[in-house]
Amino acid sequence: MKRNIILFFVILCGFVLQTTLFQALSFGGISPNILIIITVSYGFMHGRKYGMVVGFICGLLMDIFYGNVLGFYALVYLYIGAANGVFHSIFYQDDIKLPLVLILASDFAYSFTCYVLLYLLRGRFDFIFYLKNIIVPEVVYTIFVTVFIYPCILLLNRTKDDVERGDNKVV
Amino acid sequence: MSPVIKRKRDKFSIPSKYLLLILTCICVALMAVTFFTDYSASPLNKLVGYVVIPFQNGVSRIGTWISVRMDELGELRIVLQENQELKQQIDELTVQNTQLQQDKYELNNLRELYKLDEQYSGYEKVGARIIARDSGNWFHSFTINKGTDDGLAVDMNVIAGGGLVGRIVDIGSNWAKVNAVINDDSNVSGMVLASSDNLMVQGSLQLMEEGVIGFGQLNDSQNRVEVGDKVVTSNISDKYLPSILIGYISEIEQDANNITKSGKITPAVDFEHLEEVLVILKTKQQIKD
Repeated sequence: MKRNIILFFVILCGFVLQTTLFQALSFGGISPNILIIITVSYGFMHGRKYGMVVGFICGLLMDIFYGNVLGFYALVYLYIGAANGVFHSIFYQDDIKLPLVLILASDFAYSFTCYVLLYLLRGRFDFIFYLKNIIVPEVVYTIFVTVFIYPCILLLNRTKDDVERGDNKVV
Repeated sequence: MSPVIKRKRDKFSIPSKYLLLILTCICVALMAVTFFTDYSASPLNKLVGYVVIPFQNGVSRIGTWISVRMDELGELRIVLQENQELKQQIDELTVQNTQLQQDKYELNNLRELYKLDEQYSGYEKVGARIIARDSGNWFHSFTINKGTDDGLAVDMNVIAGGGLVGRIVDIGSNWAKVNAVINDDSNVSGMVLASSDNLMVQGSLQLMEEGVIGFGQLNDSQNRVEVGDKVVTSNISDKYLPSILIGYISEIEQDANNITKSGKITPAVDFEHLEEVLVILKTKQQIKD
């Protein structure tokens, strides 16, 4: 229960910061993708089911405010959350390499999906341009922000059972 | 493994396979509903508006406050220097001013004679502040802090600094989403003011990097349209009010079909530094009635 309340506020904060603070901090019109950091983190921290639900909520929030079709982003985030849940079994709390790699891969997959479904299908074929100007900058910026945000998410999730399970794993 | 514990677990857990399937179905159903019908998720819009908008409002207010303070500090030194120069200018200007006042009196008389239409100052407008921007990097729409409670509605035109910004596409009770004309999925029917030729103003992510909007389908057989011509919204658009300034033509090219022309428009609005906008409280449909 406590974890769910924290989760609610993490998503809310993530969304609010992404649409306000990080838009102001954007470099050349590119802002980092905080929601994907949250989705991926919860995915491999708590397993597939959590990843799915968190992804679904994050995506739905984006849909309501900025999507053209309700449910599109929700679907993309849902699958990203589910895919990251698979890596729950090799997750260690002290290790930051796995989160970085997973967030990098997920953000790339997310951007690529967006390009294919929202741009390629409307006849915008210049993939190299979009790769250079949108996808790669976004991934790099997101990874950079992850280094600061991920520890915070980790800290917020140190509930009692997490600590116990973490201990078991270390031993 | 006592049966009691086992049952308790079963009660709350759906296998993740099925959960994935269920959520996928929900998403697909939502997409189908919004795509095939005109249903806009108004109860959802309202609910989320009450939860998220106050936070966004607060954060953006703090942000503006900080940036204003920073600007003030930086500008203080420049301002002191400027102050001296300006004092000298005042003397010169007072002389000029008396002359201009005479001219103005004359101008007013002439205006009354001609009964010049004041462009779109006739429409009732309401000011709104931009509180959040699209969270993704693919589209550039934004949220403003007014909604149905302030008399706004979908399809109302949004302007800033004398130029067209976009129109409201989605709305809640205290927020509205504005689709900018530079957005990749935006098409505006426009008109070259000088020659009354119609054209389509098409937003593009690629051109956005250069700070311009694209246009196409300009039928200009007599080559009358030139670089620098004003482009305004046309009167055949069903969403945009007529003759709102969009921008100035900066490039023209003949299309491969040799009939139409396309090119680029420099927008009248500075989309990078947009903070406050004006919403025109009339939609095109209302005016027709």
